[in-house]
Amino acid sequence: MSKPVIATTSLAGCFGCHMSILDIDERILQLIELVEFNKSPVDDIKTFTKPVDIGIIEGGCCNSENVEVLKSFRKNCKILISLGECAIMGGLPALRNGIPIEECLHEAYIGGPTVGLNKMGIMPNDDELPMLLDKVYPCHEIVKIDYFLPGCPPRADLIWDALVALITGDPMKLPYEVVKFD
Amino acid sequence: MSNLIKFKIDGVECMTERGKFIVEAALENGIFIPTLCNMPGVKPKGSCRICTVKINGRLMTSCTTPVADGMEVESNSTEINELRKSIVELLFVSGNHFCPACEKSGNCELQALGYLYQMMVPRYPYEFPLREVDADSPYIIKDQNRCILCKRCIKTIKDEQGRSLFAFRDRGHRLEVVLDKELAAEMTPELAELAMKNCPVGSILVKEKGFVEPIGKRKFDKTAIGSDVKL
Ligand code: SF4
Ligand code: SF4
Ligand code: FES
Repeated sequence: MSKPVIATTSLAGCFGCHMSILDIDERILQLIELVEFNKSPVDDIKTFTKPVDIGIIEGGCCNSENVEVLKSFRKNCKILISLGECAIMGGLPALRNGIPIEECLHEAYIGGPTVGLNKMGIMPNDDELPMLLDKVYPCHEIVKIDYFLPGCPPRADLIWDALVALITGDPMKLPYEVVKFD
Repeated sequence: MSNLIKFKIDGVECMTERGKFIVEAALENGIFIPTLCNMPGVKPKGSCRICTVKINGRLMTSCTTPVADGMEVESNSTEINELRKSIVELLFVSGNHFCPACEKSGNCELQALGYLYQMMVPRYPYEFPLREVDADSPYIIKDQNRCILCKRCIKTIKDEQGRSLFAFRDRGHRLEVVLDKELAAEMTPELAELAMKNCPVGSILVKEKGFVEPIGKRKFDKTAIGSDVKL
């Protein structure tokens, strides 16, 4: 039997969840025995080259590119996991939810106390740039997500247990200390 | 007539004095029933419903229902725990709970209930309501994003003349618990500490007092809420 294939991505996240994947330490050697990585920042494969078994999503959707990537993950992966608070509920980027987008951009590029270098008061507005969404969306409000692993970042043990359980078909252990929201 | 009465929780024989509410009587018998709005020694109001149990096929709040002789209470069952979990989920989606950036994280009773019921994601859509943070008073920050309207502050934080420092404002969907500006200006640092302690969530914060305990040492990092309840 060929190895299960994994893909990962970071949408509106900080890469902390990916750091936590690496935080499984020496078990990473076991992991590469168990699975094969496809599209992922871990191996720098940029596009899907084959059907994927498990897609791991870090970060919620704050712009049109996030939505497109998330949809391509749904299309190419049998199972999708929301990894971390941002994927699950928008996380810190979603602090802007409820504030009109115009006001956010103004604060970031014109009115805020740290925008000194932007003397001409330019707001990024190029066709090449992804469009910001009206708010940051949890991934499961855009596509169907199969599993959720909370944490900021999720504990390495939680990620490891979840992957092993999915690959072997054994039930997840979920000890108290590993399911945390921070 | 003896003042002691017998009753059962999930089939376990219990005994208590007549007149006690079920949550208290359960604790005396080493059984934990989750609560949020209830506080020992304060008249219960039954507003959060997290303490719901089933008696004679009916759902009742155990913080407001006195034990009766021979009563049979269903508490730790799949049905009741699912119901409690959905209350926790509703509280999470109806406010703005960014636990990673919250000063109360690790010591928060709402979060601890999320852990107890293994809430991986709320099953309801997030509301992301627009709420204010009031940092005007000298000692306290009142963060409306995290308030669960439990009234514990209203009932317990009072000045020397017995006036509540916190009060309800508005109604329905816009209902808020706000801090009285004038009374808050006179508040002692001790009362501010007590207010923060009595709030089950991170809606009342003492200024310059966040993130005191490191992750791993906080109340609910390693032990579940209610796990200290024993006979
Ligand atoms: S009040 Fe509790 S549940 Fe809400 S953000 Fe803070 S820790 Fe999380
Ligand atoms: S501020 Fe805290 S104690 Fe007061 S009603 Fe809100 S959640 Fe309850
Ligand atoms: S604790 Fe009983 S209703 Fe809130």
